[in-house]
Amino acid sequence: METKIYSVSQLNKYVKMVFDKNTFLYNISIRGEITNFKAHYTGHLYFTLKDETSSIKCVMFKGHAESVKFKINDGMKVVIEGQVSVYEANGTYQIYCKKMIPEGLGELYLAYEQLKVKLETEGLFDELNKKSLPYLPTRVGIITSKTGAVVQDIINITNRRYGKMDLLIYPASVQGANVAETVILGIKTFNALNNVEVIIIARGGGSFEDLFGFNDEKLAREIYNSNIPIISAVGHETDFTICDFVSDLRAPTPSAAAELVYPQMSDLIIKIESYKNRSKKAILNYLDRKKEYVKRLKLSKLEKVPLDIINNYRLKIDAVLKYNENKLHLKLEKSKSRYLQVVSKIDALSPLKTLTRGYIVAQDNTGAVIAKTNQVKSGDNLKLTFIDGKVNVIVE
Amino acid sequence: MKNETFEKSLEELENIANELERGNLSLEKSIETFEKGIKLSKECSEKLDKAEKRINILVQTENGLEEENFIVNE
Repeated sequence: METKIYSVSQLNKYVKMVFDKNTFLYNISIRGEITNFKAHYTGHLYFTLKDETSSIKCVMFKGHAESVKFKINDGMKVVIEGQVSVYEANGTYQIYCKKMIPEGLGELYLAYEQLKVKLETEGLFDELNKKSLPYLPTRVGIITSKTGAVVQDIINITNRRYGKMDLLIYPASVQGANVAETVILGIKTFNALNNVEVIIIARGGGSFEDLFGFNDEKLAREIYNSNIPIISAVGHETDFTICDFVSDLRAPTPSAAAELVYPQMSDLIIKIESYKNRSKKAILNYLDRKKEYVKRLKLSKLEKVPLDIINNYRLKIDAVLKYNENKLHLKLEKSKSRYLQVVSKIDALSPLKTLTRGYIVAQDNTGAVIAKTNQVKSGDNLKLTFIDGKVNVIVE
Repeated sequence: MKNETFEKSLEELENIANELERGNLSLEKSIETFEKGIKLSKECSEKLDKAEKRINILVQTENGLEEENFIVNE
């Protein structure tokens, strides 16, 4: 029996056809880790998806690649959706990727956002509730891993800046599942011992997942309730955790936290010395000026000057007295003439004055003055007032 | 000298230097202020001199938490 012989391209074409007919392979979701990621200038993405034991090549064409909203990196765990098919040119099968979502991160990020909103609403991030840091703390507590670069960085920076730092390290797990638990214990311990004036929670940079232990609600509340002010120095400047928001101060890096806590020793010494020297110089200048003043006074006509001053004042006082005396006289004269005017006016208007001229006043028995004839009738009793007395009469 | 007073003392020291440089105080007040300044600068320097470097780590022992000297890797 003669065997039929096919060309390579015929085989590849056939295999591709088999793949493409298979509905299972037509639309499939795969979980894996991205490796060998390359973004081609044409806009297509090429990468390999792998798990512990296997890997598969993937391609994502421009049209689909544009729908991916996050930055893709090697090592990222993702879920992709697409078709498994064959590239005829070299006979490799690969995934033609249509969708990509970050695995895990999506869920974690959602949890982070939700916790952030919850605590923010409760007021745990309010500036008003933040404690101020002590100046030049007697002792600084550090919650961090006792191994690794972070604790060394902090020690080196404080050593360089201040030299005489007093640090107390609480060794904590800053990676993995029990981050929150050990950091909480550290905060509790320092608050119970009450032997440090400020606490730094420090951890080096890492991925969102690496730092996720610092997005813990219990840890956030422990930080909020701490009596000792807390500086959060978790990750790099661009990494934000709940721990950063709730702490009294956020340092962009652990080294920066050390700089926030300890001033530069040389600056302090220079300051003290300069204030002292300025004070010395100023007081010496001041004394020199006073001496010079006394010297000049002695040289001037010291004896004469005070008398001149006194005499000047005397003249001034006399002039003032004289002026006031004149004014008083004038006022008195004015008052007198005004008084006389008023008296003569009153005199002229007095009814008594009229009576002396022979007029009389007639009143009825109620005391009302009778000015006209129609106010009386025959038989009325009237009282007439003369200049020297009163007479009662009856009208006829 | 407490630490919070260190900051205040430093501030006061600066104010004293400024005040003396202005030279508007009476002779007696000037001398008094100057003496206070010298006293403060001495206290501040002493505070810095007296501080000692110490780096400890909390260690869980059978007697509870204890402080141990932390070995720094240079």
